[in-house]
Amino acid sequence: MKQDHIDKIKEICKHFNNEGGELINVLHQTQHYIGYLPAEAQELIAKELHISVAQVYGVVSFYSFFTMIPKGEHPISVCMGTACYVRGAEKVLDEFKRLLNINVGETTPDGKFSLTALRCIGACGLAPVITVGEQVYGRLAPDDVQTILDQYKN
Amino acid sequence: MELINVTIDNKKIEVPKGTTILNAARNNNISIPTLCYFELKDMNITNKPGSCRICVVEVAGRRNLAPACITECLPDMVINTNNIRVLNARRTVLELLLSDHPTDCLVCPKSGKCELQDLAIRFGIREVSFTGDKSTHKKDESPAIIRDMDKCVMCRRCEMMCNTFQTVGALSAINRGFEAVVAPAFEEDLSRTACTFCGQCVAVCPVGALSEVDHSSKVIRAINDPRKTVVVQTAPAVRVAIGEEFGLKPGSIATGRMAAALRRLGFDYVFDTDWAADLTIMEEGTELLGRLTKYLAGDKDVKIPLLTSCCPAWVKFFEHHFPDMKDIPSTAKSPQQMFGAIAKSYFAEKIGVKREDMIVVSVMPCLAKKYECARDEFKENGNPDVDFSITTRELAALIKQANLDFNSLPEEDFDSPLGESTGAGVIFGTTGGVIEAAVRTAYEIYTKTDCPQIDFQELRGLEGIRSATIDFNGLPINIGIAHGLSNARQLLEEIRDGKSTFHAIEIMACPGGCIDGGGQPLHHGNSDIIKARWEAIYQADKNLPIRKSHENRSVQKLYEEFLITPCGEKAHHLLHTHYFDRHTQFEVNLDKINSK
Repeated sequence: MKQDHIDKIKEICKHFNNEGGELINVLHQTQHYIGYLPAEAQELIAKELHISVAQVYGVVSFYSFFTMIPKGEHPISVCMGTACYVRGAEKVLDEFKRLLNINVGETTPDGKFSLTALRCIGACGLAPVITVGEQVYGRLAPDDVQTILDQYKN
Repeated sequence: MELINVTIDNKKIEVPKGTTILNAARNNNISIPTLCYFELKDMNITNKPGSCRICVVEVAGRRNLAPACITECLPDMVINTNNIRVLNARRTVLELLLSDHPTDCLVCPKSGKCELQDLAIRFGIREVSFTGDKSTHKKDESPAIIRDMDKCVMCRRCEMMCNTFQTVGALSAINRGFEAVVAPAFEEDLSRTACTFCGQCVAVCPVGALSEVDHSSKVIRAINDPRKTVVVQTAPAVRVAIGEEFGLKPGSIATGRMAAALRRLGFDYVFDTDWAADLTIMEEGTELLGRLTKYLAGDKDVKIPLLTSCCPAWVKFFEHHFPDMKDIPSTAKSPQQMFGAIAKSYFAEKIGVKREDMIVVSVMPCLAKKYECARDEFKENGNPDVDFSITTRELAALIKQANLDFNSLPEEDFDSPLGESTGAGVIFGTTGGVIEAAVRTAYEIYTKTDCPQIDFQELRGLEGIRSATIDFNGLPINIGIAHGLSNARQLLEEIRDGKSTFHAIEIMACPGGCIDGGGQPLHHGNSDIIKARWEAIYQADKNLPIRKSHENRSVQKLYEEFLITPCGEKAHHLLHTHYFDRHTQFEVNLDKINSK
């Protein structure tokens, strides 16, 4: 783990008074900072909060929000909210899975793309909608997927 | 204490405020089945996650059924524990549990002792109405414990013992829903964690999810190998518990019958770990007096308090969690390892057998002993001092397999010379016993006078942490005792903070010490069984003519003929050890995990 990550995790733990009861908050902030929760980070958090690494992993593996897989350079989120779903979001998602050859929650081996599904991003008028990083793409059909990916492959 | 009135099954009863429905019912001979609930009374051990729902009861005015184990009685509550609604709900819950449980009960290590099997019998289950996916977890085999989590019922008793009672933290509930299971961090193998192999998870597991690594077939093979001389040693706590496996009442002392059974199983020499316990006292006691003398002379570098080192789970615990203090524990090996070292040197030489032709088997109340005898520092050119360690339960199973009627065996003695022991050796089997044995000897060596007492009641008891000051003829010696690693942790933190005033501390990992080790007959939460074994240990001590380790004639002879002097050069080589820094809590292959 990089030194600045180590320092930041220690700082986050200290901010929460190194209390075991603050584990979820600490994990939240750590994931926000690093992008995911690698095993080394969980070990360090366990040590700083004086709890066992098994307990930390217990919480990380319980909540689907937490991930041990690093996000890709271009994180793709497909909205599966009701509006997007009825307008064919699942087919769009399947096309991403097929073209990237990964499942939801995974990252491509080259680290370029990661794929997540989420519930309603509040752009139902554009359904079905996806985001790549901060960029929003709406009114999509499966055929559009290749074009979007091509924009990020260089 | 405020009392309230409740009605259970039409019976009006008075209970103290705060009593759970389960305890109110049980105290009035009303039986409510349980599964996840676990308690060891008077030992501060309780597990009630309220998760299995086997104990549900009907409470008048409440819409849903209530779990009896976590629902407190309220004034004028009307409870029904036995109507058709309750019975049907419990049956549904049990069938759901069984629908995700393997059905290989005939060959399960817990068969006949399984609490889930008991419930299925009690409920008269003949068919499981539900079908669906079954869990498929990887079987994990460590040097002492096997985890077969397809059988896990998520009672979380093991997690409670590992985290709350032992503060080891090797196990935790992970994942959610159908994937939920109790496992080490990152679902690593147990052998790669800070697990101490104390085996308390196995001791409380209601089903076959956690069991010991069984070495009994290797023992049978060794016995039947004509080239091998097979020597067996039995730990003190085994004799006061093995009878339970044959229907004897808890606390029965079965030393003589056990020796007879071992002889009939075909062991060439039937010896006693108690003999090695006496030897341990000679070494550890001498070490303590050596350190004390230097300390009293003003030596600032000497390490006080001395910590006992007989318990392998405790040793692994401080290697992981307190490596900065690894020069404080006594360097004396445990009795199991002292026995092995002497059997394969002194005794092998005496009977003219080569080291590699001798097999040393230990019968232990313990799972960590399996791990201990496999540690590299206890081997000579790859040949271990103790080849196999089996538990009290495994020995009982062997006796049954050999068709021996244990209860009608005659009382026989151990063989000579490594079978002669004193009462001091016997009490090693319970909390406070090691230090009492040490005091009996250290007092007489230090003061050069006879000790006015043999029984030190002030060192006995089942409280988690105890202390006493023993007057060594004008010199007050402060003694601390802890059982349960959470209690040990407390005493160690005091030492680290410079607040400890003890000269010597005895530590054992299991509740009550070895009498409730992870390899003992299962008590299913009945602490009266542990208390009966505890009393039996002190009775066995009283029954012996010699009760001080330094008066053991056979140990004296060992020094005369072989070792020369306690803590001397030869004794150091054979009977002392060193400890390792295992502070990396989790020796994981991080690359492997991150690429999962």
